[in-house]
Amino acid sequence: MDFQLSPEQKEMKDMALKFAKNELIPKAQEYDEKGVFPMDEFKHAWELGLINTCIPAEFGGAGFSAMDSVIIGEALAYGCMGMNTSFMANDLALLPIVIAGTKEQKEKFLKPFAESFKIASFCLTEPGHGSDAAGIKTLFKDGGDHWIVNGSKMWITNAGYADQYVVYGTIDPKLGHKGISALVIPADTPGIVIGKKEDKMGHRSSDTRGIQFENVKVPKDNMLGQPGEGWAIAMKTLDHSRPLVASSAVGGSQRALECAIEYSKQRTQFGVPIAKHQAIQFMIADMAMKTEASRLLVHKAAWLLDNGQRNTEIASYAKAFAADSCMQNTTDAVQIYGGYGYSKEYPVEKLMRDAKLIQIYEGTSQIQRLVIAREVIGK
Amino acid sequence: MNIFVCVKQVPDTETKVQPSADGTFIETSSIKWIMNPYDEFAVEQALLVKADNPGATVTVVRVGGVKDTEALRTALAMGADDAILVEAEDNLDSYSIAKALKGAIEKSGKQPDVIFAGKQGIDDDCLQVPQVLAQMMDLPSVSVIVGYEKSGDKLSVKREVEGGALEVYEVSTPCVLATNKGINTPRYASLPGIMKAKRKPMQQLSLADVGVSADDRRVKYSDFQLPPEKPAGKKFDATDEAKQHEVVAEVVKLLREEAKVI
Repeated sequence: MDFQLSPEQKEMKDMALKFAKNELIPKAQEYDEKGVFPMDEFKHAWELGLINTCIPAEFGGAGFSAMDSVIIGEALAYGCMGMNTSFMANDLALLPIVIAGTKEQKEKFLKPFAESFKIASFCLTEPGHGSDAAGIKTLFKDGGDHWIVNGSKMWITNAGYADQYVVYGTIDPKLGHKGISALVIPADTPGIVIGKKEDKMGHRSSDTRGIQFENVKVPKDNMLGQPGEGWAIAMKTLDHSRPLVASSAVGGSQRALECAIEYSKQRTQFGVPIAKHQAIQFMIADMAMKTEASRLLVHKAAWLLDNGQRNTEIASYAKAFAADSCMQNTTDAVQIYGGYGYSKEYPVEKLMRDAKLIQIYEGTSQIQRLVIAREVIGK
Repeated sequence: MNIFVCVKQVPDTETKVQPSADGTFIETSSIKWIMNPYDEFAVEQALLVKADNPGATVTVVRVGGVKDTEALRTALAMGADDAILVEAEDNLDSYSIAKALKGAIEKSGKQPDVIFAGKQGIDDDCLQVPQVLAQMMDLPSVSVIVGYEKSGDKLSVKREVEGGALEVYEVSTPCVLATNKGINTPRYASLPGIMKAKRKPMQQLSLADVGVSADDRRVKYSDFQLPPEKPAGKKFDATDEAKQHEVVAEVVKLLREEAKVI
């Protein structure tokens, strides 16, 4: 048992944190306010190897472990949870290809992302189907040598900028989750209609839109796995992506904790810095505990993956606990800042708005509990 | 072309420094080390020169403790080709460090064309090593440089002087150049760079290997102390208009005689 990061992992963490502090934090407030997509930061991060950490070395990636990915993810989210959502969406949309793609598909759909800067989107959720993903209505109709795709997707991250989509649909809605299938669709395929940018509470620099697929013809070679295997692919993707999303919550928690500590030493009330008041000390102690406990769960979920063990249960622990802790920590940070915390002049109200989404996307905190209950009680 | 960069490892700028128990240095057991920020400019400049000179190599050299090799690893991850580490205590004086650097460069078997270094270490702020090294190696040197260009078979370097003016020097190579902030923007060590750095050669030498002994020490450190705590500020009550004259006179007197600022 070893809780230490390797020397390389320490360097990766330091480097990613340095990048977050120098490049992301200075822009975070402005991008949040104006809803600016972090294109320059995205490109810069790609140049430094911080993006697409899931691509195996065989296809031009650096060959990072899941542990490496969550270390990097935490550091980037420390800089800005919103920008990190855009960055992380690439991994989310490439993971199904890593998991289920053939060698040819990986050459064609994965390698270009290692060779040049590209953006990807993962399209699962629909206007009427979020947590109930098995009920999705997007239809893949057999057109001989191709599939004809019709349907709408909702809350798609990076939708307006993506070069490539991984789209989930059904070959027959009557089949339920046994009909779910996954297609890789290049963005320049005719029939894709990108919706308007959503005006969100937080993660305002990430680009979130609806997408319509209208008679989109996709070659049969673009299907990941066999028709009907999409559900299994999506579930395996979640085993990888939940620790990653949870790491983003850890980054947010860490940031909230550091902000709270710094402010509590500066702010004086009743003649002493508020850090001297036990009420504040206890809040900060709770924040520190929750942050570290979240981190350990995330690391365990990643460690299980790297050691070829099933991580579904622990990944849900990590996702729910880290997201809920991040919400609590950022809320407490605002509380410690008091009136100033409620003002946009200080960084913590943004953290609080950003934290909320992590309890919702990639499986709500309630869905995680459902997964956990099934695992521990039995179906 | 053989480019050398001398780097120092210094405590992270956010470190709360404490004197060591024997007072000969600071407590180093729990310090997070980083590459001296001025040396980042030196490494970056070396890498820029390397990019302009196909076949050139960049060797980074450091003298100091070996428990942590952060600075050299960072330089290798940024793109330097190999590293030499001379094991020594972290509180060596400038003379010994310069002599050790000279010994290490000579021991590498490569004839240096340019030796870069940061203008100063941000820990002890001595601003001595590059110049002492140049003197020992009998090479020309320019310090505090903010500009570097090739000029025929020489180099044209700019150096900052007081008042923001720039001096321009023509220097023949080999030479020692000490970099200042502003000469370039140091790159980040990329993640693939960090992975590759693991496999790059790092030679480890002792002080004896590079011809340095205890007798070379010119400065002995003793009695490290924290600066005295600032005394609490004085408050003057000027709410009573009738007494404002007196209060002002008192403040002026104290500023003159006690604080000695006017």
